[in-house]
Amino acid sequence: MKNFKMSIAAMLLLVVSFTNAQEKKKMNHNHATMKMDHSKAMNMKSDAKAEAILNDYLSLKDALVADDTKKAAIEGAKLAASLKEFDESSYTSEEQKELRDIIEDAKEHAEHISKSEIDHQREHFKALSKNIMDMESITGTTSALYEQFCPMYNGGSSWLSSSDQVRNPYYGSKMSKCGKVKRVIN
Amino acid sequence: MKIVKIIALILVVVFVGIQFMPTERNKSDIVPPTDFMLVNDVPSDIKNKLQISCYDCHSNNTQYPWYNKVQPIAWFLEGHIKEGKAELNFNEWDSLSSRRKASKLRSIIKQIESGEMPMASYTLIHKKATFSEEETQKVVKYMENLKDSL
Repeated sequence: MKNFKMSIAAMLLLVVSFTNAQEKKKMNHNHATMKMDHSKAMNMKSDAKAEAILNDYLSLKDALVADDTKKAAIEGAKLAASLKEFDESSYTSEEQKELRDIIEDAKEHAEHISKSEIDHQREHFKALSKNIMDMESITGTTSALYEQFCPMYNGGSSWLSSSDQVRNPYYGSKMSKCGKVKRVIN
Repeated sequence: MKIVKIIALILVVVFVGIQFMPTERNKSDIVPPTDFMLVNDVPSDIKNKLQISCYDCHSNNTQYPWYNKVQPIAWFLEGHIKEGKAELNFNEWDSLSSRRKASKLRSIIKQIESGEMPMASYTLIHKKATFSEEETQKVVKYMENLKDSL
């Protein structure tokens, strides 16, 4: 009898938690669509949005340099949000296609960074860096920007920095000065 | 004691009640031309492995286990399948750009290598879905080659 009661109680708990989880998902979803609508309503110049993405990317880079997983997760989420805000409508149709592709891919990496441990975050950061560089080559930027390169991480990996001083986001304090400036972008 | 009985009764009613709530089914007879197996030249053993270990949650067609119609298990399964398909749908592989394919392949390789996928809650029941060391190496190598050829 006791067992029976216990199992019924367990079942109820399960039901409640599943229903809750589904509700939460729905809420998240609504939130995401709301944000998208918002970005459509705001018809600002797309360059400013690209700059915002770049800024968030650089903050994320700094968090990785500092070995700060939590901060990197927060910055990753911020970056994902500003990527969603991006508006490619002022570009040529070919560029639009390319940009949509870049943004979609970058968004996925940023989202993963927002919920992973530091090793994972750094792996995604590599792919993300490539995306942000490709984006910048289309949108351009007004801020100072350097492409830096570390030959050791994962067969050689690049990242972007606003300073010509090398601070390695892939190794952090372990090897913070490993790397070199590969290209002065701006 | 009376309260316990009442609660127990309510629980039974709830459990029976939720059985009538509908769940979406992930079933489709159509394999679209964008399917991973159709656009890539996949060796048959790898094809087989992917079908058994991945396609239940990462395609439009799930081979459902017998208990799939019991709530709340059905919800649990449906949630996983939805999430899995959102991350990666092998049926829609060729609709992805090269950039997206490279990202997906990177994730596939990492997750199979680390044993993150297939999920433990899945292999617990689907023993055949488990990757042996040899299978891991084979599939990872195949995916790496595919990534390099993009």
